[in-house]
Amino acid sequence: MRKATVFALITLGLLTWGLHQAMVAAPTEATMGDVQRIFYYHVPSAWTAFACFLLNFVASIVYLFKRGQRADAFALSTAEVGVVFCTVVLVTGPLWAKPVWGIWWTWDARLTSTLVLWLIYVSYLLLRKFSTSGQTPVIAAVLAVFGFLDVPLVYWSIRIFRTQHPQPVVGGGEGSGIDAQMFQALMINWVAFMVFAAMLVWLRFRLERARQQVNEAYLLRDSADIPQRMKVSR
Amino acid sequence: MIAVLRATLAKDLRLEWRSKDAVNSMLFFALLVAVIFSFSFDPTAEESRRIAGGLIWVAFLFAAVVALNQTWARELRSQVLDAYRVSPASPNALFLAKAVGNFLFVALLEVLMTPLFIVFYNLRAIGPVWQLALVAALGTWALVVNGTFFAAMSIRTRSREVMLPLILFPISIPALIAMVQATTGILTGELSPRFWINLLLVYDVVFTTACLVLFETVLDAE
Repeated sequence: MRKATVFALITLGLLTWGLHQAMVAAPTEATMGDVQRIFYYHVPSAWTAFACFLLNFVASIVYLFKRGQRADAFALSTAEVGVVFCTVVLVTGPLWAKPVWGIWWTWDARLTSTLVLWLIYVSYLLLRKFSTSGQTPVIAAVLAVFGFLDVPLVYWSIRIFRTQHPQPVVGGGEGSGIDAQMFQALMINWVAFMVFAAMLVWLRFRLERARQQVNEAYLLRDSADIPQRMKVSR
Repeated sequence: MIAVLRATLAKDLRLEWRSKDAVNSMLFFALLVAVIFSFSFDPTAEESRRIAGGLIWVAFLFAAVVALNQTWARELRSQVLDAYRVSPASPNALFLAKAVGNFLFVALLEVLMTPLFIVFYNLRAIGPVWQLALVAALGTWALVVNGTFFAAMSIRTRSREVMLPLILFPISIPALIAMVQATTGILTGELSPRFWINLLLVYDVVFTTACLVLFETVLDAE
């Protein structure tokens, strides 16, 4: 557990620094006030979730070519952690939207695409959970590829879908510029979140590897128990 | 490849012609959805023109799942897939035959159900009607190509009949938006369906390619 402890301490340090940056160091936003500070958690979570989904896609492709269990364990870990961070985005979003836009939710392009993304990866995890055969990794990797191919289409369709109609609120864009101090707080938090996610993925990966190895050990033991005549008859 | 495709398709069509299982259950299911929607919304002619695109496609999507779920069940029971795996026949021929079969079943459902929707919801299109056929063809293919593929994946899961919609619907969201928007655009005559038809085309090309590239992998996964 030594490595994990060091990793956890680094993460904790970075998150604390990020918290200070977000709550104290960054200036208060002019129109939204202090509620805007949720930005330093909302946006880094989103970027972290997207990074996780990208890694999940890469690991799935690697799995389909190489069929290594490590790639599969990595794909599973990144998908789970990605869904967690994506959930954080979907929870902090409405918390921020309610005081600023006056509503919890709007079917705006970004909100809707993030929700659909979340749905796709939840269905991926469900498929893994429900799969019975020993071929879960293959099926899951295939679905991951389909899900990832779907992302640009989702974004493209919803963008047009939602800009053809008048919207109750105009999106939460902040114009082009951002205060240097705010940018620093954002970046520090992003790094902290990425390290946090990396730690979670790493721990989950180790757990999954252990599970795979236990499974293999069971299989080996069971095959040793098979009576000799069955082995001969093959 | 063409011979295998034709043989498999002919077999499936003949089986369906004799049993009519898939088409009958889809038809009745879609009919129920049409009736229940009508009770829950009770729309006027003007309103129904706006919501019909959504209603029709949701009904067809739900009904299509009924047929898609049955795609591989019969083959699984008689170990056809195992035989197929060891035969030199192209896996894509099998996949395309199944997808085309499902396309024909769902298309038949649409042809039979559309008049009913027109009657139930007092529909009259303001835009060009021939484009609806194009939207229907592209949209149906978008649903069945992924549906057939995912059905082949979900036969390897527990409670497979539940699993198929759970993995099919999220991926199908862009196609569904495009179908509904194009249909609503044509019915109300307010917006051009061109963009949505293009989106459906792109969706069809992307996912048909993905299915053909990956089907062998799924078939061999056992």
